[in-house]
Amino acid sequence: MEINVRKEKNISIVSVTERMDAVTTPEFEKSMSDLISKGEKTFLINFSALDYISSAGLRSILTIAKRLKGENGEILFSGLKGTVEEVFKISGFYSILKIFESEEAALLKL
Amino acid sequence: MNVLSTIKVPAKLEYLHRIMDGISQCARELGFDQKRISEIELAGEEALVNIFNYAYQGNVGDVEVICKLDRNERLIIEIIDSGTPFNLLSIEEPDTTVDISERRIGGLGVFLVKKLTDDVQCRREGEKNILTLIINKK
Repeated sequence: MEINVRKEKNISIVSVTERMDAVTTPEFEKSMSDLISKGEKTFLINFSALDYISSAGLRSILTIAKRLKGENGEILFSGLKGTVEEVFKISGFYSILKIFESEEAALLKL
Repeated sequence: MNVLSTIKVPAKLEYLHRIMDGISQCARELGFDQKRISEIELAGEEALVNIFNYAYQGNVGDVEVICKLDRNERLIIEIIDSGTPFNLLSIEEPDTTVDISERRIGGLGVFLVKKLTDDVQCRREGEKNILTLIINKK
C-alpha cells in the first residue's frame, strides 16, 4: 500500500494504492489520524488505484468518517472500481458516504 | 475430494499474506477470474482475521487452511483452528441500511464472508473448529 497526500486549496487529497487489508489498514488509519490531528478537516480519498479492501479497511473508513462528522469535517471518496466498488455497495457504504466517479467530480462538490 | 494445497501456520496476522497467497494461487489454477479471486481472498481474510483475534484469546495456536476441489468442481476452503468453540454464523449481521451515526463498526467481516461465498458451514470436531467456505465454479 502507498499513501500519497497532496493539498489543493483547503482540501487534502489522499490517494491509496493496492490493498487495504488487516495488515496494511493501520498505516492508512494512522496517516488520516495524523492529518486530522494537525487540523485538516476536508478530505478527498482517491481509490482509483486501490485493488482490494476488506472489512478492516471499511471499519477504519467508518471510524474516520464518524470522527470527522463530530468535528464538522468532510470526507469524500472517488475512483472506486472492481471489487472495491462492489464491497462498498454490498456493505451499504454508498448510502452513508459521499462517493463520486472521479476526483474532478468530487472536487466540484467541495 | 482432490486436495490442492494445505498450509499450517501460527494464527497470527503476520501470516495473513502467506495464507492468502496460497488461496489465491489455488483459485487462479482453477481458472477463476481476477474479480472472483479477489472475492475469495476477501472471504478468506475475514474468516482468518476472526480466528487470529478470537480463537486463542491471547494464547498461541495454529491455523490450518486446506484448499480442495470437490466432485462438483467447487472450491472448498477449510479453515481449522483448535481454539475456543466458535460459530462464525452466530455473529449478528450489521444493518446496512441505517445512516452513518447509527452504523455499527463491527460485524461487517462475517457479513462479507456470507455474501461472497456460495455457502459457509461451521462445525466443531473434537477440539477443533472447522469453517468451510464453498465457492461454485459457476
